[in-house]
Amino acid sequence: MEQKTGKLKTLWQLFSNMFLISSFTFGGGFVIVNFMKRRFVDELHWIDENEMMDMVSLGQSSPGAIAVNAANLLGWRMAGFPGMLAAVLGTALPPMLILLVISTFYNAFAQNRYVAFALRGMQAGVAAIIMDVACNLLGKLFKDGSILRIGLMAAAFAATFFFGVNPAILLGIAILIGIGLTFFGKEAGPSAS
Amino acid sequence: MLLDLFLSFLEIGLMSIGGGYAAMPLIQAQAVAKHGWLTMGEFADLVTIAEMTPGPIGINAATFVGVRLSGIPGAMVATLGFLLPSMIIVSLLAFLYTRYKTLPALQSILKCLKPVVAALILSAGLKLLLQVAFGEGKIALQNVDVFGLVPFSAALFTLRKWKPNPILVLVVCGGLGLLAGVVGIL
Repeated sequence: MEQKTGKLKTLWQLFSNMFLISSFTFGGGFVIVNFMKRRFVDELHWIDENEMMDMVSLGQSSPGAIAVNAANLLGWRMAGFPGMLAAVLGTALPPMLILLVISTFYNAFAQNRYVAFALRGMQAGVAAIIMDVACNLLGKLFKDGSILRIGLMAAAFAATFFFGVNPAILLGIAILIGIGLTFFGKEAGPSAS
Repeated sequence: MLLDLFLSFLEIGLMSIGGGYAAMPLIQAQAVAKHGWLTMGEFADLVTIAEMTPGPIGINAATFVGVRLSGIPGAMVATLGFLLPSMIIVSLLAFLYTRYKTLPALQSILKCLKPVVAALILSAGLKLLLQVAFGEGKIALQNVDVFGLVPFSAALFTLRKWKPNPILVLVVCGGLGLLAGVVGIL
């Protein structure tokens, strides 16, 4: 009986902590991961720092959102399958609720003349932010200097930008090349970045 | 319609590897190019909203597109589609990892994925830039929108040079847009 309430308490803590963290962290996956570390490693002492780092790198190399993936791993670690569900639900619910409200009012909102002006200005800012991210990624790639990977980038860019090839297909091809390189025991470029 | 939504976001959830911005080109390919659920302008607004609210862009996009197409059930179906592949794959990887403590193929796959993700983000950024510079109109010199191009260049320069918080950049750009609009009316 006592064990059962203990487990329920863990599930509730997983859900409520992730809900709170996810509600107030702006700025993407890595910010959330930092807050998770502070809460679950430094304050609650559920896991140690090494485990947290493993969870982050696993979450990063898997499909989907980093924050959701890290919550997923933490949930499994603490309370198995129900824990995973509680943590993922807690992470996904706040952005869903916020976007539910925004989407409902978006049409009325975007037709307002002044809001449209502001949104138009922000579009320029968003394009700049995305290009900044792209510049950072490309800078790293060229610094790395692997011909294979630079060629891969150029081919993928041409395919998607000029020929409209579905990004999912290009990513699938990249995965196959990666598997092929492991299979034949060749390294894909000098260093792992 | 609900099935289309589910399958589209399943594909987005399955293939977006490497954090928030990696999902963006996939969302654009599905919601704008393939199904026409959003215009390029609406997509730009969606990215703006996602940037300014907490939470992953994938969940933001799933909710935004889902609600507009078929209300709350649409939002739930699309979000579930986005979450499902990662929940299954991460759980599987976690199991393998705790068992073997190493995943050699994963490193090699990531090395090949990163350049492609960079190319996709660059392509999505350029498409947004075209939207900013030419609006919905044709790509021609007489269509150039100075009120889009000037703040874009200023924002990119600022971001490269001083690395400020992106939300701050967005707020300033929004304020400038509002100012230019109001002055334009007067």
